[in-house]
Amino acid sequence: MTGNRLSGPLDDPAGDAGHAEHPPRVGFFTDTSVCIGCKACEVACKEWNAVPEDGLDMLGMSYDNTGSLGANSWRHVAFIEQPRSTGRQDPGFLGLPTGPTGTGLMADAVGPRLRASERGGSELGTGPLDGPKAAAEQPVGQPAEDLGMPAFSRPGDATGPESRTDFRWLMASDVCKHCTHAGCLDVCPTGALFRTEFGTVVVQQNICNGCGYCVSGCPYGVIDRRPDDGRAQKCTLCYDRLHGGLEPACAKACPTDSIQFGELDELRERADRRLAQLHDLGVGEARLYGNDPNDGVGGDGAFFLLLDEPEVYGLPPDPVVPTRDAPSMWRRAGAAAAAFALAGVGAFVSSAIGGRR
Amino acid sequence: MGSNMAEAHPVGFQWVIEAKARGARVIHIDPRFTRTSALADTYVPLRAGSDIAFLGGVINHVLSNDLDFREYVAAFTNASFLVREGFEDTEDLDGLFGGYDAETGTYERDCWQYEGADQEREEPEGASPDSPSGDDDSEMDKERTSPMGSGAAGAPLHGATNVATDPTLQHPRCVFQILKRHFARYTPEMVERICGTPREKFQAVCEAWASNSNRERTSALVYSVGWTQHSVGAQYIRAGAIVQLLLGNIGRPGGGVFALRGHASIQGSTDVPTLFNLLPGYLPMPTAGSHETLTDYLDDLRSPTQKGYWTGADAYLVSLLKEYFGDNATAENDYGYAWLPKIDGDHGTYRTVMDMVDGGKVFGYFLLGQNPAVGSAHGRLQRLGMANLDWVVVRDLAMIESATFWKDSPEIETGEISPQTCRTEVFFFPAASHVEKEGTFTQTQRMLQWREKAVEPTGDQRSELWFFYHLGRKLRERLAGSTDPRDEPVQKLDWSYRVDGSGEWPEPSAEDVLRRINGYRTRTGEPVDSYLELEADGSTACGCWIYSGVYADGVNQAARRKPHDAQGPYDRQWGWTWPANRRVLYNRCSADLDGKPWSERKKLVWWDADEGRWTGDDVPDFPATTPPRYEPPPDAVGPEALRGDDAFIMQADGKAWLFAPHGLLDGPMPTHYEPHESPVSNALYGQQGNPTRKVYGRTDNPSNPAPPELHREVFPFVLTAARLTEHHTAGGMSRQLPYLAELQPELTVEVSPELARIRGLTHLGTAHVVTSRAAVQARVMVTDRMSPLWIDGQVVHQIWMPYHWGGTGLVSGDVVNDLLGVVADSNVFIQESKVATCDVRPGPRPRGAALTAMLAQTRARAGVTVETGTRIATADDVPHVTHTEDDTAGGTDDGSTDDGSTGNSAGEQS
Repeated sequence: MTGNRLSGPLDDPAGDAGHAEHPPRVGFFTDTSVCIGCKACEVACKEWNAVPEDGLDMLGMSYDNTGSLGANSWRHVAFIEQPRSTGRQDPGFLGLPTGPTGTGLMADAVGPRLRASERGGSELGTGPLDGPKAAAEQPVGQPAEDLGMPAFSRPGDATGPESRTDFRWLMASDVCKHCTHAGCLDVCPTGALFRTEFGTVVVQQNICNGCGYCVSGCPYGVIDRRPDDGRAQKCTLCYDRLHGGLEPACAKACPTDSIQFGELDELRERADRRLAQLHDLGVGEARLYGNDPNDGVGGDGAFFLLLDEPEVYGLPPDPVVPTRDAPSMWRRAGAAAAAFALAGVGAFVSSAIGGRR
Repeated sequence: MGSNMAEAHPVGFQWVIEAKARGARVIHIDPRFTRTSALADTYVPLRAGSDIAFLGGVINHVLSNDLDFREYVAAFTNASFLVREGFEDTEDLDGLFGGYDAETGTYERDCWQYEGADQEREEPEGASPDSPSGDDDSEMDKERTSPMGSGAAGAPLHGATNVATDPTLQHPRCVFQILKRHFARYTPEMVERICGTPREKFQAVCEAWASNSNRERTSALVYSVGWTQHSVGAQYIRAGAIVQLLLGNIGRPGGGVFALRGHASIQGSTDVPTLFNLLPGYLPMPTAGSHETLTDYLDDLRSPTQKGYWTGADAYLVSLLKEYFGDNATAENDYGYAWLPKIDGDHGTYRTVMDMVDGGKVFGYFLLGQNPAVGSAHGRLQRLGMANLDWVVVRDLAMIESATFWKDSPEIETGEISPQTCRTEVFFFPAASHVEKEGTFTQTQRMLQWREKAVEPTGDQRSELWFFYHLGRKLRERLAGSTDPRDEPVQKLDWSYRVDGSGEWPEPSAEDVLRRINGYRTRTGEPVDSYLELEADGSTACGCWIYSGVYADGVNQAARRKPHDAQGPYDRQWGWTWPANRRVLYNRCSADLDGKPWSERKKLVWWDADEGRWTGDDVPDFPATTPPRYEPPPDAVGPEALRGDDAFIMQADGKAWLFAPHGLLDGPMPTHYEPHESPVSNALYGQQGNPTRKVYGRTDNPSNPAPPELHREVFPFVLTAARLTEHHTAGGMSRQLPYLAELQPELTVEVSPELARIRGLTHLGTAHVVTSRAAVQARVMVTDRMSPLWIDGQVVHQIWMPYHWGGTGLVSGDVVNDLLGVVADSNVFIQESKVATCDVRPGPRPRGAALTAMLAQTRARAGVTVETGTRIATADDVPHVTHTEDDTAGGTDDGSTDDGSTGNSAGEQS
């Protein structure tokens, strides 16, 4: 074990938090390669946890009308349309009379709506990778012309070097990562956030005072305050169901076992096997995300198998718990301004990562 | 193909994912790239409505390259059977088979028959003294001889044991050679021209399919309503079945044709049907005129000289009558056969709705979990029909559009319906949901699974069982003293269902209903164990013969829940599958001619020579002790006439039909016809569309023009519609729920970037889609998932819409089904709702009177009249007759007299 109790590998977060006798650490392994984007996880989570409806507004980012994780969305399925292919999958558009990709148009239309939305939202990698603006420059919104037979053009009209042939549609269900070193928990001044005996991280609603430090303490942008009472909300990994010996609602509802619940050690082995299988099948882009105890949060309790860079899914490539550097910074800052130090680690952290979002 | 399984059947799709993890290759062939395509190894685009051309190409590939599983094909199919001399193929007649009558738009089908099969008794009973005369007669004949009029058995096949064969498959008139010639022009080049699928891509599919189908390997074919909802829908499925038979993929593990149904328990509601022309267990509904007596009916259903288990139909029907009428059914009164309703033509959904609009025939309407104002093709016609009734009863979970049409339908805005004057009285009954009542679901594998009641229904919510039990009870009380003969059937019913609880309104026992569906001995009440125990002498009663065994040993077999890891590979103790708890139909085909599995890897059932019977991992679908090489005596009939290789035991000749000598109205083999509305000409034949499709030439049901008609450029794009995972069909169960409504809050129209550029559409902007029926407004979704196609040298664009929206609920929108007209498959009355033509324009649609005017203007621009689309014959050398309904046709120019009126028994599209 390196570092300190605020960063680096930590074998037993529950024990570290003071649970003497406790069950093994549990978590989620979300295998996005088999996600069919049905959103049963979003619905099951809301049903079980009585999470309110999040607005009947149309976002239109492909089939995603949820936008991001938030106080009223503890599971979020991202849909990413991209003009490139994955592994040996044959997207089927070769030889068709296509023009340039329209994924940039979609991103351009949705981007401002996402940024303008109350919570912001993750920037998914929907734009074309080789120059996200190129496609957007294609003329859109031209007035309709009555060409007589507008459906038909002459052979060759629509083909050319700009013709789109590659395509993939990625889907992934995101959730709270239940970090080994949870920034939200570390900065919570009231103790509302706590480490459970299962190694998960849960907010106690009756203690939370709505200060919001946790919101900026999360390197993933997961935890969020509910507008009505201001209290922080996020996935509890169905703490109540765990007490009853049940798996979390989302994992139970997932038809294809994209969301797998279990003991974290076993999940990590399973994920390694699945990754090796995909690599054997030629899906070289497949990778695990959040499974490494040496990463900036000491590894996630909820980790993922992704089919591309995390940024494509709107996930931070190198998340760091804001408190990792707190001890050393504390020493320097403490010497400089005792009054500042009294304001608490939370505020400190908040300013340290202010540019993150 | 024709299935978006990941989105429409996400729970079932887990098995596809599991198969993929075990090495299966998944190919998705579809007009658009869906969530299913996203998980497939290969996506293959094609034009909506061109699947038979694609499948015909696969058949041609298999036959031209000798890739068929020859031993299987020769043994288990009718490939070696000879067809009569004089059979004429579509290759000879520009897209028509021999026997076509242009006046009626029907075939005289004798010339498709086998050589050696007795043809005299093939004729329908013909015009009985009671049947109408004149032009109506041919139409009546069309209805009466439809295969649905004969249930699943088709018409009887007399002399099935005497058919001439050529086991070498070389005779020019053998089915194998006829099939080969029929599909010879379905080349990769032709597939590319018709479907838009690049030929290399198509060939890769052929090679993958064929190379994965042999002794060691099998391929599965999945389809859904993307295949059925076409004017040639039955032939789509035939084409898929032919491919699977040629490749030896039927009746074997990992093979099969999977028909994914549109709703929970739709399989159940065809087994114990809600269809006008079927009785339970696919027995036909008797026809007035020709089926006056029980003997008439049975003679028309089966022949004393055919093979297989349909010869037991007398036991199935008499037991059904005993279940309906109890002690009132006796040998002396033909077991109450006279009390069964008789049909005299088409009484399907769409015919009925048109009769509502026309008035005078239909006065009331029951809707149970059905929302035709949104979910049925031509929503406006549905709403206008419902607004012209005395009463409508709606039983649903929420106040759906079909209960509120009188005050908030789109026709209020156009002035066609007025709340002040609408005469229909609507009765709304809140329904108990599936977790608030017990019973069975029958899923797509024919498996019945018992469902416990999880919670008590609240308020006035009641089960359907409760509603109908008490409705029947009350009706019988009212009619108890009636002397009107028409009330006799209700008076004579055995309505003695067991009830749980007391008082005036107890809940009937669903388990008791299941017991009575299973069947029992009338003297002791003891349940029968299988349909083989049913008798035609009144000693047994059975509500649905194919379900016989679901209550075997007096145990609710559908409630069994033995876990997968506690039993064998076929989970025979989980639920119960009809017939006889068989998991794989026709599984005799999993063994070779000697009864040995084709391979160890693909073994399922086999002949145990020591025991002298069939055995295996599944319940053998074959007479248990008939040896694999058995030759029956020449005078044997029924099950005893089955040879050891007659694996298709329900068929009158024991064989799977590559060529259907009877039973289909539109041809013995599938043929590519363009959809009723198409932007292109048929590249294969002068015959453009299905020459027997049911058109309804009425001013309230206009068609967009299709070649050879002019002005198709007014509706240049192909429209297809389907569902999203997030919503349920007509939205009654999802638009009312915040957690589902927020996931897909608005109606969208998906277009390719290419079409967006042509029409000036922007992502999330507003557009409207226009047909000759309606204009529907939606938000635009510009997506790479949609792509234009090369069709015969032209670029053709397709657009897609989900159809879940209507005027009520948390989220609302226009009704996509308003865009569709009514045209139907002649065999099964299913509407063509998976393909039409349309235009799409930017901006919102006009409203009110401006909408009506715009549509009229558009129709005028396209030259649409009541005759448009009704000239169903377009081949050379036949009269091109219009088929319109006289009362609404504003005068025809060729003196057409045909009624053309037929209908549809299908409900919501899925």
